Amino acid sequence: MQWGARRSYEAFSPERAGEVIALRSSERGPLIEILRDLQATFGYLDPAATPIVAEALNLSEAEVYGVISFYADFRTEPAGRRVLQICRAEACQAMGAEKLCAHARKRLGVDFGSTTPDGAITLLEVFCLGNCALSPAVLADGQLIGRVDDSTLDELIEAAELASR
Amino acid sequence: MSGLTTVFVPGDAAARSVGADAVAQRLETEAGRIGRQLRIVRNGSRGMLFLEPLVEVATEAGRLAYGPVAPEDVAGLVEAGMLDGGEHPLAHGLTEQIDYFARQTRLTFARVGLTDPLSFDDYEANGGLAGVRKALELTPEAIVAEVTDSGLRGRGGAGFPAGIKWRTVLGAPGKERLVCCNADEGDSGTFADRMLIEGDPFLLIEAMVIAGLAVAATEGYVYLRSEYPQAAAMLRAAIHLAHEHGLLGASVLGSDHAFDIFVRVGAGSYICGEETAMLESLEGRRGVVRAKPPLPAIAGLFGCPTIVNNVLTLAAVPEILAGGAAAYADLGTGRSRGTQVFQLAGNIRCGGIVETAFGVTLGGLVEGFGGGTASGRPIRAIQAGGPLGSYLPASELGLEMDYEAFSGADAMLGHGGIVVFDDTVDMGLQARFAMEFCAIESCGKCTPCRVGAVRGVEVIDKIRAGIEVEANLELLEDLCETMTDGSLCAMGGLTPQPVLSVLQHFGGDLVGARGGTN
Repeated sequence: MQWGARRSYEAFSPERAGEVIALRSSERGPLIEILRDLQATFGYLDPAATPIVAEALNLSEAEVYGVISFYADFRTEPAGRRVLQICRAEACQAMGAEKLCAHARKRLGVDFGSTTPDGAITLLEVFCLGNCALSPAVLADGQLIGRVDDSTLDELIEAAELASR
Repeated sequence: MSGLTTVFVPGDAAARSVGADAVAQRLETEAGRIGRQLRIVRNGSRGMLFLEPLVEVATEAGRLAYGPVAPEDVAGLVEAGMLDGGEHPLAHGLTEQIDYFARQTRLTFARVGLTDPLSFDDYEANGGLAGVRKALELTPEAIVAEVTDSGLRGRGGAGFPAGIKWRTVLGAPGKERLVCCNADEGDSGTFADRMLIEGDPFLLIEAMVIAGLAVAATEGYVYLRSEYPQAAAMLRAAIHLAHEHGLLGASVLGSDHAFDIFVRVGAGSYICGEETAMLESLEGRRGVVRAKPPLPAIAGLFGCPTIVNNVLTLAAVPEILAGGAAAYADLGTGRSRGTQVFQLAGNIRCGGIVETAFGVTLGGLVEGFGGGTASGRPIRAIQAGGPLGSYLPASELGLEMDYEAFSGADAMLGHGGIVVFDDTVDMGLQARFAMEFCAIESCGKCTPCRVGAVRGVEVIDKIRAGIEVEANLELLEDLCETMTDGSLCAMGGLTPQPVLSVLQHFGGDLVGARGGTN
């Protein structure tokens, strides 16, 4: 199994952020949708976007920051070129997920929430990918992979490292 | 044989997670090699996930199943005459006669795996739209009465009677009412919402339209988790098609009722599956639980009276309207009416979807359908009802799967997810994880949950390390009582359930028999 399609991102600019925000500013309660769009556009939520969003939605910066910091999906720094999410929930635990997590951390030399020093892979934990009958499961840049073992992980990691060289 | 052969290769995310895309590609190639023309349909999964990728070939006798098919199996299968129903070690005969499938009662999942999920014609030809057509002939009160009479209860976990909720919304004062579908399926061991949305998205759309007719709402929101990117894509595509076919829009199927559906994707927070946290999140805020009252049925999304139901609760409604409340209520046992979609997961040989009337036993599911553990080792523990559900020992396999029987055993049916562990599991670690998960996912509003979960991890660590074991066990039970009685919502209130069940049934694991140092 392979990684999902790699996403490409634009460099952050306040003007472009304003355009992205404007697309949804007439929706009801659009803050989370807007933050998602901004992250999809730039790859992360630049702190400079916070006051722009707050201004556009007539919210305080604290309210916007509060939402960004509440949700696990939002990141305020760019991720690595590849994002690997390993499920740590019970159904995957029953099939050896903790061992898989230990292998990934050791192999990559980083803990969950971190990116390898060469910027190749960001490692994240996730709680349930809905693939609980084919566990353990990972999401490799959006591609769901089931019945994962150490060698599946090694193949993914090698492919990402090779592409980064 | 000549002409076009129809082959089904599931496009469900689970099937794709074990190579279904590569199988479809290889089929195309191998068929081309022998000059055969294929029509490959990417259907939903039949729910027999242990057989995925499950390839079906349409023949005059019916659909024949082959699985699990690895990409490298395809050449051999085609050579063995699979495209004409040829024999092969991976052949299972007619799909619908496979024991696992034949023993089920498929109502909600009737079309999942059968049809092309994004074919509106398939949907209608296989019973779709009958429910909404019936609803269009009825008054809102009559629709609500059907749902009430069916005995349908919320499938998301709490088991609240759906009809009572709908009646409350219908009777609530307000200019606008809303319909909200909770598709934040965060419990480990559950995947039925995902499979339904990917495998039969028009059913959820039809169901929400009916809910809209029942309470005179014109807008519906689906709150879908971000961990399900494919489900989001399928649902959005289906909504677009539903507009084209007039099921959604200014005039539902030519009537003077309008209805539209908006998909909102979550952002990686378990607590947003709690209905009031979900409403906060839908409104664009932190997913912090609201105090009740007011009930969402009175003041829900954007302050409007709101129906909030789980995917499977809503998805049961079209069949109730089409087939009648009585037929639905005839299935089941006691106050648990209709069918439940059980999900067999974790360390299980035959994992998948089992939709059956309430009243089947836990053992009937785990052993009868599931075939025991995947590892072949003895079953040690079963967690039912998600991360907030109890761990049951193998001695409880006789338990009947209904809301009341589970309550009687200090357990919870929840969303119907069943996670099996073999005898290598350290249940002390599972208890610790329950507290750790609560600490990670707590919304932070109330102290028993926010602080209690952190303290819970610390106390369990001390017990496992052999530090003042008796005193700390007492402290743990006391902490659990505080969390149960003092938390605002089910997250803090039910996290003690798995912990206490470990104490009750697997206490030896906690006090260091396996993990501790004393």
